[in-house]
Amino acid sequence: MISFTLNGRPTEVDAPPAMPLLWVLRDVLHLTGTKFGCGMALCGACTVHLEGSAVRSCITPVSAVEGKAVTTIEGLAPSEAPHPCQRAWVELSVPQCGYCQSGQLMSAAALLAVKPEPTDDDIDAAMSGNLCRCGTYPRIRDAIHRAALLAQGGRP
Amino acid sequence: MARAMGLALMNENAWRRSVNHTCRRRVTLPCGRYGTMLASALALLLSQAHPFDDVARVLLHPRCVNCHPAGEAPLQTDASRPHHQNVTRRIEALGTRCTACHLPNAPQGPGLPPSAAEWKMPRADLPLVFQGRTPAQLCHQLKDPAQNGNLTPEAMLEHLTHDPRVVWSFAPGPGRALPPLTHARFLEVFSAWLQLGQPCPTEAPQAPQTKRPPNTPRQR
Repeated sequence: MISFTLNGRPTEVDAPPAMPLLWVLRDVLHLTGTKFGCGMALCGACTVHLEGSAVRSCITPVSAVEGKAVTTIEGLAPSEAPHPCQRAWVELSVPQCGYCQSGQLMSAAALLAVKPEPTDDDIDAAMSGNLCRCGTYPRIRDAIHRAALLAQGGRP
Repeated sequence: MARAMGLALMNENAWRRSVNHTCRRRVTLPCGRYGTMLASALALLLSQAHPFDDVARVLLHPRCVNCHPAGEAPLQTDASRPHHQNVTRRIEALGTRCTACHLPNAPQGPGLPPSAAEWKMPRADLPLVFQGRTPAQLCHQLKDPAQNGNLTPEAMLEHLTHDPRVVWSFAPGPGRALPPLTHARFLEVFSAWLQLGQPCPTEAPQAPQTKRPPNTPRQR
């Protein structure tokens, strides 16, 4: 049995220690917002937060999260008060097909948590590990700037 | 005479047997680890190779250079190309650590990110660049406290012996070239170089050895 905090709630799962966290999230805990992309930590679709930092859940063995805090897209913010990134994403209609967007949002949120006013270079450096085959990168960059403004109480 | 002795001593197995034999009969030479280090140091002293040559061959191998690049981006593969996905040491301060992908106990295999504990690049203010260095430059860098992070020779040896990233680099798994020496052999030649007072080459780097001494494994 592996115990950890998932989206603020104590969670226990009966899973092999080497099972990827992504499989545990999707197949055991049925939190399907986090997506499977490449399975090799190359595309970022499976990004979640582990102790506040972005990690690729597809190659993170669930044993690595024992006793730690995991946040998925479902727990990024309550529905009634979305995360600034989620608000900005909606405002700017960022997603096209949407498959990669939960990973994009998690990486963007991790960036804003440590860099509240990121530059274009900061965004490019932090977000290059998240691929989008629809090519929504310009909208993602704009949305992160917008989210930074919203997080600081800027004009809605 | 000295040259003949040097050639004879290059056969280290024979030399070690000699040391051990002497140790058993009369305690006139150091035994065990120190005997081996002394034997390696003497063999290097009497050979025509510079004591730093083998150290440099390992440190300038892609398994070491890739994490000690000249620029901001770590390097990848045996070709030491810049890391895909625009990864630089900056991402550590932007919410994504190297261990987001290179985390210990992650599955290993071709195409998967290599992993060991505390996977990261040297700090920006102490980059410990290996890429593009000549053996002489590398040698002086290792000896300079301002460039080596104030590491004593003992601390350097400790890093090279136990750091999980260094240990990984000598057993990097399928699809990645091995350094030219085994980890154990590398520690021997590094210790021997320390024992000799950390001499640095002063001229152009010598060509890599093409002939293996007898009685040595294929990967030394």
